[in-house]
Amino acid sequence: MTRDRNYTITVDGRPVPAGQGDTVASALIADGVRSLGFSPYLNRPHAIWGIGSGGACAHVQVESGPGEPMVPATTVETYPGLRVRSLHGRGEVSLPESDDGEPRHDHTWAHCDVLVVGGGPAGLAAARAAADTRARVMIVDDAPDLGGHLRHAPRRIHGRSALDWVRHTAEELREHGDVQVLTRTTVTGQYHHGELIALERRTDHRAPATIPTHMARHRLWHIRARQVVLATGSMERPLAFAGNDRPGVMLAGAAVGYAWAHSAPPGERAVVMGAHNEALVAARHLAEAGVDISAVVDARTDPGPAGAALLDELWRGGAQILQGHAVTETRDPEASGAVTAVRVAPIDGSGRARGEETEVPCDLVAVSGGFDPCLALWTQVDGGTRYDPAHAAFLPEESAAPATVRCAGAARGTRDLDAALAEGAAVGHAAAEQRAIPTRPTPAEPVHHPRELWLVTTPHTVETEVLVDPHRDATLADVRAALDANLRSIEHVKRHTTIGTGPEQGRAWGVLASAVVGQLLDTTPEQLGTPRRRAPLAPIPLATVAGRDRGDFFDPIRRTPMHQWHLEQGAVFEDIGQWRRARYYPRWTADGQVEDMAAAVRRECRSTRESVGMLDASTLGKILVEGADAPEFLDRIYANMMSTLRIGKCRYGVICGADGMVRDDGVCVRLAEDRYLVTTTSGNADSTLAWLEEWQQTEWPQLRVQCTPVTEHWATISVVGPRSREVLGRLAPGLDVTATGFEFMGMRNTEIAGVPGLVLRVSFSGELTYEINVPSWYGLGVWEAVLEAGAPYDITPYGTETMHVLRAEKGFIVVGHETDGQVSVQDAGLGWAVSTRKDFVGKRSLARADLARDDREQLVALVPADGATVVAEGAQLITHPAPEPPVPMVGHVTSSYDSPALGTPFSLALLSGGRGRHGERLYAYHLGQTVPVQVTDPVLYDREGTRRDG
Amino acid sequence: MLLIPCPWCGPREEAEFRYGGQAHLSYPDDPWQLDDAAWGDYLYMRANPEGEFAERWFHAHGCRTWFTVRRHTVTNAITPETPGASSPVRTEVHP
Repeated sequence: MTRDRNYTITVDGRPVPAGQGDTVASALIADGVRSLGFSPYLNRPHAIWGIGSGGACAHVQVESGPGEPMVPATTVETYPGLRVRSLHGRGEVSLPESDDGEPRHDHTWAHCDVLVVGGGPAGLAAARAAADTRARVMIVDDAPDLGGHLRHAPRRIHGRSALDWVRHTAEELREHGDVQVLTRTTVTGQYHHGELIALERRTDHRAPATIPTHMARHRLWHIRARQVVLATGSMERPLAFAGNDRPGVMLAGAAVGYAWAHSAPPGERAVVMGAHNEALVAARHLAEAGVDISAVVDARTDPGPAGAALLDELWRGGAQILQGHAVTETRDPEASGAVTAVRVAPIDGSGRARGEETEVPCDLVAVSGGFDPCLALWTQVDGGTRYDPAHAAFLPEESAAPATVRCAGAARGTRDLDAALAEGAAVGHAAAEQRAIPTRPTPAEPVHHPRELWLVTTPHTVETEVLVDPHRDATLADVRAALDANLRSIEHVKRHTTIGTGPEQGRAWGVLASAVVGQLLDTTPEQLGTPRRRAPLAPIPLATVAGRDRGDFFDPIRRTPMHQWHLEQGAVFEDIGQWRRARYYPRWTADGQVEDMAAAVRRECRSTRESVGMLDASTLGKILVEGADAPEFLDRIYANMMSTLRIGKCRYGVICGADGMVRDDGVCVRLAEDRYLVTTTSGNADSTLAWLEEWQQTEWPQLRVQCTPVTEHWATISVVGPRSREVLGRLAPGLDVTATGFEFMGMRNTEIAGVPGLVLRVSFSGELTYEINVPSWYGLGVWEAVLEAGAPYDITPYGTETMHVLRAEKGFIVVGHETDGQVSVQDAGLGWAVSTRKDFVGKRSLARADLARDDREQLVALVPADGATVVAEGAQLITHPAPEPPVPMVGHVTSSYDSPALGTPFSLALLSGGRGRHGERLYAYHLGQTVPVQVTDPVLYDREGTRRDG
Repeated sequence: MLLIPCPWCGPREEAEFRYGGQAHLSYPDDPWQLDDAAWGDYLYMRANPEGEFAERWFHAHGCRTWFTVRRHTVTNAITPETPGASSPVRTEVHP
């Protein structure tokens, strides 16, 4: 396993030799480095604690390639030229100036029968057993290679090297047609109904120059699995004693991994401190790798027969054996920056020193408090856990487990390798056959014979030196402060101390911290539990979450058929829902300036009211309602009577919710006996269609009616103003356009500009208006024909802003402006539209006492007393200019515009008891400014309606 | 994300659906027979059980069918509504 370190990486500006297979951590350890970066608050040097994704303290900022703000040094794979910087606390997100050359991120979806999380021995056995039943299998592991902990220690399977077995099994799986193997892929969360999210890192381990340009950096997998096997293994647990974060202290399994798999022994003279047999095995592996074992400190007084044999072997190898002892403190009297010795003492059952301390010189303290099954994904789908004192660990509570999720191997406490292989195969097979829970294997024996040990103290232990979460500088003293504040729940203690909230999120340290809290409270880990581990278990970069949904793909833009013309005219646009609509069309002024919005809107309003204007109204929602029962259906939906509408006629209609509040409004056109065209507010086309379908399907399935959305089928051009009749006459020479020949609220099917069209004589401005509808592919051509026909009258295209001024001057509401879901059809001044001759959805509500209150907010118009101030939309209405708080609010402004036709700005507003308050003086308050206003009828322009016939 | 069994399309991702609230709240045959309190109950009062809950879903980004399922509000386990129950779903398709 020796590696050539034949290239260099740069750490904090310093070149460090590294080779294929090295992480930043292993390269540093091979270079004799013990620590990297500093803790966030106490500036303690961060020891390199763990290996792989387990228990890292040191985090780095990756500076080469696309960069990454905060990654454990133990997981960053090296490549020639890699640059990283150690962190002091948090990382930094650098935002690129543009997307050019930014790596791509993809989302991908997959379905399988069995998803195996974890590619260690149990996971590989499970995947192979499942694949043998011809199930579709995925196996996912976050490391660069399969093998799990077998990659970090010399083990044997079936009489040969475990790594040979891993390679052989991996090959079998990869050659299998129905198996997908994903490495460098972290399952970040498990959700309901078999959904798991996994982050695959495809290029982060490669030198930037060698990455093909087509290759996405990350893939976010959305996996749907019938059955999930959690072979997530275990995390080695640290111990709490004074100076337990000093460089030179390391998890025993990590020390073996560096020494054995990376040819980088992390020290020369080791003290191995443990509470179970596997710590003794680690000591043996370290000795085999050439590390001198000064002492083996075993917390147990009774190590059992297997433990006794291992201790005997270590003793014969020259190690001092201290049974029933623990490390009480690490020492560095010369301030060398790393451990130079430890103090050791005999301890009682609670980890308290009971006797003389002795000092043992060493430069490596290999610690193993025990093993915690990785059960975060298990608990995310409400799998329970139980504390098992014999295992000294939390194990999955499988009796009440979800039927589709099962654990295997070290994740359920099975420490013995052969047992884990057999269990993985059994669980994988059962999962593939979707067998029920009773086939789960019997619980594992605690073959490593652990003793419970969390915290080691002496009478003179300095509690601020005992770390329970080095990522947050949380010490034993902090835990005690939280408990002195009378916090008892582990969730509360976590929030008080911030334990488990650092970048490591309590993976390796969480159970230790909980157990220490439990010990101080004199309660059991069982009773205290552990904090909940929520998704995502590893950070997912926001760029990966966004995937391709950025830039032009962030949100679809809906454009009308005339959009290109608006662009060429230099229109200023506004987004209304997903529609992009022309707001106004600024022109060059005489002195070479571009009109501002106020000037453009004044001009557009004046031209339209005095001559003729035109509006692209294609965004108007349109629904075709067809069927023998269409008249009955619309009678039930609309406040108005629609069954009496004659063919070829239009009627304005209001739709209420069941609560009597205005939902939408628009014009209904009767095209034939059994066919209506219903128009909706632009932004409500989808919700109105859904409303019609809901009532049709769920309440009146017997009605023969079909609703079809046809918004995009039509382009709509409103020709508005006193000269619109001449314009239409030129476009449709065969059509009688006289006031009597084409009456108000009439509809005509006619040829217009040479194409078939549907013209409605409706008005949203009070002016004579022809609303021309043509199939959308003729939209641009007819638009240009209207312009040409209107040229003699100086026809003026206008946008949504002018549309609003013109409609508001007439007191026409816009749903969503004047209504907010709490405005009834009567509040909005539309009581005239309510049919008295039939029932409809919501009519009963109009008879409720609350809707009959005379102090309800009702639609009014307001005119500022100074004739000049445009009151802010949203301004509150009050009755006194400078009242003492609390100030009763009697209404609010819903729309506000300047009006060239009225010669004054004006507003629409909802005012308590408004219909009875015309003429009253009120005050509109907004951001410290108070404007006196006069209340009037909502119709300010052409109250008599003389202009609608031109 | 839930996997919701649409009676027409089969199991589909939750993002394709719109939630339709508590099921089996039929529009009263004659709303005018109800007093304000009873009408208010129909409009506003909804159950919020811990456990099995019959609820409506609308396959908005699919076949646009309204249908009813039973969902356990704690475990999210979903079972399709028993066919033939009073669930008001489309019974016939019109030309």
